[in-house]
Amino acid sequence: MAALYAGYTLRGLAPAQNRPNSGIQGVEAERDSDHVVVTDSTRCVTLYKVSDQKPLSCWTVKQGHTLTGAAVYNARTQEYVAVSDRKVIRIWKEDDIILDKAFKATVSSDVWRVHCVAGGDPVVLFHRGAVRLLDSLLSAPQQPIEEVLSPEEAISWSTNIVTESQQFVIFTTEQKGDHFLYLQRLNPNSLQRYHLEREEPGLSPLSFSVSYRDKHIRLLYLYPNGHVYESVVSVRAPVPEEGAQALPLPRSLLLSLPVGEGLLQAASAQELDEAHVAVVGVPHPSAGSGKDFLCIWNTNFQTLQAGKEMAGKIYGQLWSFWNKLFIPHGKTFSVIPYDCPKSSLASALGKQRQSLTNDQVLELIKVRIQFILGSLAKHFIIKMLNKSVFNLLMQTAPVEEVQREVQLLLSRTDTQDLQTSVGQLASTLASRSLNDPAFYTPSSLVQLVHTRYLCHSVCPDLVLLALERKDYFLCQLCLQFFPDIPEVVTCASLIAQEHEAGLNGFSLADEEDRSDNLAEGGATAQRDNEKASAAEQMCPVGLHKAVLLYPASARLLRSNICTMLSNVLFLQYLQFVYLKFSHDACKPTQGLRSPSLTQVMDWMGLLLDAHFTVLVMTPDVKDLLLNLHRFVKSQVRFVSELGKIEGSLQELDKMALKRDVGQYSIEIIELF
Amino acid sequence: MGEFKVHRVRFFDYMPSAIRAMVFSTRTERLALARADGALEIFNFSDNYFQEKVLPGHDGRAVEALCWVGPRLFSAGLNGEITEYDLENLRPRYTVEAYGGPIWTISVNSQGTLLAVGCEDGTVKMFEVLKERIQFQRNLDRQKGRIISLSWHPSGTLIAAGMMDMIRIFDAETGRATHRLLVDRGAGASKSKEVVVWSIAFLSDHTIISSDSAGKVQIWDGLNGTLIRTHLITKWDVLALSVSQDESSLVAGTSEGTVVQFQFISSTVDRLDKDWVRTRTFKNHSHDVRALAHTETAVVSGGMDTQLVVRPLLDKVEKNTRESAMRKVSFPHRSLVCCAKKAGLLLFQFPDHLELWRLGESDGYGKLGGSLPVKRGPEKLIQLKRKGEDHICCSALSPCGGWLAYSTVTSFRLYRLQNGSISICKVSKLPKDLLPAHQLCFSTNSSKLFASSSNSSVVVVALNELECKYLGTLKAKYGCRQPVHQLSASDNGKWLATANTDCEVHVYNLDKLKLHCTVPVYGSCPTAMAIHPTTSNLVVVHADQQIFEYSLVKKEYTEWSRRLQKQGLHSMWLERDTPITHVTFNPKNPAHIIVHDMFMFCIIDKSLPLPEAKNVLYNQMALRSLPEPDRVLHSHGFKICKDFQHLLCVSLLEDHSLVVVERPLLDIVSQLPAPVRQKKFAT
Repeated sequence: MAALYAGYTLRGLAPAQNRPNSGIQGVEAERDSDHVVVTDSTRCVTLYKVSDQKPLSCWTVKQGHTLTGAAVYNARTQEYVAVSDRKVIRIWKEDDIILDKAFKATVSSDVWRVHCVAGGDPVVLFHRGAVRLLDSLLSAPQQPIEEVLSPEEAISWSTNIVTESQQFVIFTTEQKGDHFLYLQRLNPNSLQRYHLEREEPGLSPLSFSVSYRDKHIRLLYLYPNGHVYESVVSVRAPVPEEGAQALPLPRSLLLSLPVGEGLLQAASAQELDEAHVAVVGVPHPSAGSGKDFLCIWNTNFQTLQAGKEMAGKIYGQLWSFWNKLFIPHGKTFSVIPYDCPKSSLASALGKQRQSLTNDQVLELIKVRIQFILGSLAKHFIIKMLNKSVFNLLMQTAPVEEVQREVQLLLSRTDTQDLQTSVGQLASTLASRSLNDPAFYTPSSLVQLVHTRYLCHSVCPDLVLLALERKDYFLCQLCLQFFPDIPEVVTCASLIAQEHEAGLNGFSLADEEDRSDNLAEGGATAQRDNEKASAAEQMCPVGLHKAVLLYPASARLLRSNICTMLSNVLFLQYLQFVYLKFSHDACKPTQGLRSPSLTQVMDWMGLLLDAHFTVLVMTPDVKDLLLNLHRFVKSQVRFVSELGKIEGSLQELDKMALKRDVGQYSIEIIELF
Repeated sequence: MGEFKVHRVRFFDYMPSAIRAMVFSTRTERLALARADGALEIFNFSDNYFQEKVLPGHDGRAVEALCWVGPRLFSAGLNGEITEYDLENLRPRYTVEAYGGPIWTISVNSQGTLLAVGCEDGTVKMFEVLKERIQFQRNLDRQKGRIISLSWHPSGTLIAAGMMDMIRIFDAETGRATHRLLVDRGAGASKSKEVVVWSIAFLSDHTIISSDSAGKVQIWDGLNGTLIRTHLITKWDVLALSVSQDESSLVAGTSEGTVVQFQFISSTVDRLDKDWVRTRTFKNHSHDVRALAHTETAVVSGGMDTQLVVRPLLDKVEKNTRESAMRKVSFPHRSLVCCAKKAGLLLFQFPDHLELWRLGESDGYGKLGGSLPVKRGPEKLIQLKRKGEDHICCSALSPCGGWLAYSTVTSFRLYRLQNGSISICKVSKLPKDLLPAHQLCFSTNSSKLFASSSNSSVVVVALNELECKYLGTLKAKYGCRQPVHQLSASDNGKWLATANTDCEVHVYNLDKLKLHCTVPVYGSCPTAMAIHPTTSNLVVVHADQQIFEYSLVKKEYTEWSRRLQKQGLHSMWLERDTPITHVTFNPKNPAHIIVHDMFMFCIIDKSLPLPEAKNVLYNQMALRSLPEPDRVLHSHGFKICKDFQHLLCVSLLEDHSLVVVERPLLDIVSQLPAPVRQKKFAT
């Protein structure tokens, strides 16, 4: 699971009030992972050694001049290149002390930026869209520069990437609300223009980020409504003819981030690796509408992996080099190291390309669980330290009193700070229960979960507690309501119940008792249904397990970390639910916590898809599959008959409508 | 524009009569059509298929076949008579008894000198066409069995006759039968049933084409009397045949409602020998196709389902143009409904009776788009049966509801309605100048009656309680012979406008009983017109959908009319395929003109901008579905409302409520006899 580590300040930001921008124009990587070049928005370029948090050198242009393009470091020649006053390209080495004595060249057209990445040559992107290699430009600085863009079109963002064979300059432009992506290949030169699909009218992308993987350039962009899209362009795409139209650029929605109130103002999304996106300036899903958070989201599972509150104003700027995020906020420019381990689950679920064997995956999960449990212990200590009087009560009072207090707290009308107190309360209760085997208040916890103020990040031990106490109802509720349960925990809960299945588990009576106890929490119709139908047809899975299976499976489709046994069980369970659905099709609204028919069908399809060969080879499953096939076949026939009937009835409906007009009526019409 | 209360009337049980026969004259571009009730209709194909003349039917006359001889129209029927029609006075000119029993068919030679009729008694009778009449010439060899169909060879020397079970070829000079072609009976049970050769065509290369009751279209060699080819096209009868002028294509109509086209083409491109090949099948009818005409560009068909269908052949016309659109004529191109605006009465004209209805009332307030509670339902006050055998040709109801007049081709009747229209009494003393009329019209104050009669003249009669006095005859300039089909009097009683089928529009000054002016003749026939009550502008709508507004005071087209002509009407407006049959005005807002055709009514607001040619012509339904700001953007001066369909009349009552008379086509279809049984899937 991705993590954000403790950050540190690289430098302060000039204390100018109400400034919309941070004063930092650009951050570029230098010779190694510990050096960066930071360019001010005014006159100054500074080289930092990041781990020491101190500047190594600083170059300034003369008063009256400004730097208009961020300085870049050309690793081949060990020179720095920057643009001042739009037209002057300056090149210097580290031992040049006075910038004005270094090399200068004035070009004939306005420069947008100079780009240089490791392994590539520096390229110059002009304001009007033309691109030149720096070397060729400097050989004739006054050479005429063509205009690529139309007069109303303006560059909004640009970057430069190097693939195995070619170098690309990528830039986006904006023209009357339309956004275009330009892909400029160098050597041989060719330009391709793409049209970004329009989001809601008036919305322009807030930030772009580009990455190169598997012969494809991936463009990631964030809109003010919190939508993060990815568009993929093949680097081998055929070169279009001159004057060709802008191609439409297909996109896919990667994330739909919560935006809180209103649209995002200053936010930025940066792709960290194929599964992780760092987002700044977007509210944390469980911490109100404040937008000053840095979060890492997993795009495969749409889960929040790590979050950090950034003090002060967020400028919507974010850079990442070598596992470090560079972010200006408030009056500081911080460096935050992060770690995005490759998710084993994602690869297990076929969401990632690299494949791991089952053993490896299981090994990984074990390690993860230990890690999480370890970090949980740390949480305890911290939270125990800042306890309030109420918490003290929660930690010492007997079960009945605690329940009463929780009831009182929840019935309070001022819900202003209920959110924080619910979180605190839940973690206090959970930790106490974890520590004290005799203490457990399931009804209070269920009530707390029902407030929907909780999420996994706020109270990470709740799920583990529920698992430990084998409270599958609570577990189900958590899986249902927490948007951010990390996959390891989901796995853990599934593995736990898997284990449970091997043992004897709960008796049915026990489960009924529990449901009675939890009547307040809403023992749903689903349970009753299941109980009723269990009499006529045995549910292949224990009730508690079925209950747990539903929300868990929503997260964990096609998982091959489940053993063969669980696959079969899951399939049996699905068949059972499917049969039940077809028995009482007239009752479409099941409880909140029962899967819908389409979900059941989806899962069944996914499961069969992923494991068909294995399932077919297993002798025990053969009967099950045959039964399923027969049933599905009959259903298909039945449904097609229904379709015919529906067609006829529709016709009848139409006719009936027309007949409605009698021989005479007086009507009112309006003409516009 | 606002809200309108609409009386939606569906109790007019108008039922058109089945089409029996039709014949197309290439020379005049006119199609004559005969209906089962004996009525004849003339359509002008060069003027948007406008139905320019209607000759009312007659009880005893059952027209079986029609024939153009130049501009003259002849019919023959099962009453055994041949009739020539006076197309200027819209009545039969004379009738000749053929003395051969019922006549099944009539055919003229290509020279236009001889008429041949086929009789029940097995004779083919030849009549010489003289200038004013026809004269019996002789009989051809009498055969056993009736003569059902006849066709002249273009040379005029041979004539082929379709009979029961056979075809005979006669030498027209000698009257001898030269060949006998035996027609197969149908297979199976119908083997014992005689086969009827319903229709026959004799081509110039001596090919004979026959269609019969066994479902066959057969191609014969007329020189040798041999059968060349048989096409079985239906299980039922093939009732009609028609060959194109150049003899390269022919169509056959069946009882299933299909029309099958055959073309004389070579089977492969490079081969020279041509053959009649079945090419296309059209299915535009639900019932028997009794009559067919093959024009140069289209197939015209009609039958039991009463609709006239013009189906353009897409290889002969340019695609996606006005000519390439199929047309169906379901309703007459003139109004059968007369609305008494002041009294709230409706007069429905049927061929054999008139119905007078009083509209219902409602006092409730309803929401838009909904219907109001009907306090008092509509009431049928009078059903007036006509006298005599001639069908009603025109009728009128005075705006006050106090007078009712109708005319047949032989008589004219005027009635006084009294005491809330409960009693009706015939006005017996009519001036002798009041002849049977083509069109009737009352003045707005109900004090005068206008009746158009021969030579485009209009008789003016003053009405009051005591007597009915002849005031004078309005005569157009010398040489106007065509009948007046539109009459419109101005509200102030000063003007009367007439339009005749020569496209002439005359305006008379009623004070002086003299011609006031003649509107410049436009190339298309006026289909509706009216004089504006306050501005005295005459609005004329033509068959090609053009609208003109002519100022009677200034004797020139108005500013709006010029603007309209300059900008041009929207193409969607011009492409409508039914003519405007009524024009009326909104007394509340003088800028409004209310017009309607079969599928929509439209309030033209002269104060609003005209629809731009490049924009979509939004109708009201489309506008309603738009959001409010877009509505303003897309709205224009033509408020087209398609909520009501199959309209026979749209009129505005004095209380500003609209009367909409609908006759849903489905209701007409439901009254037709059952079509021939066809095996359909799963029946």
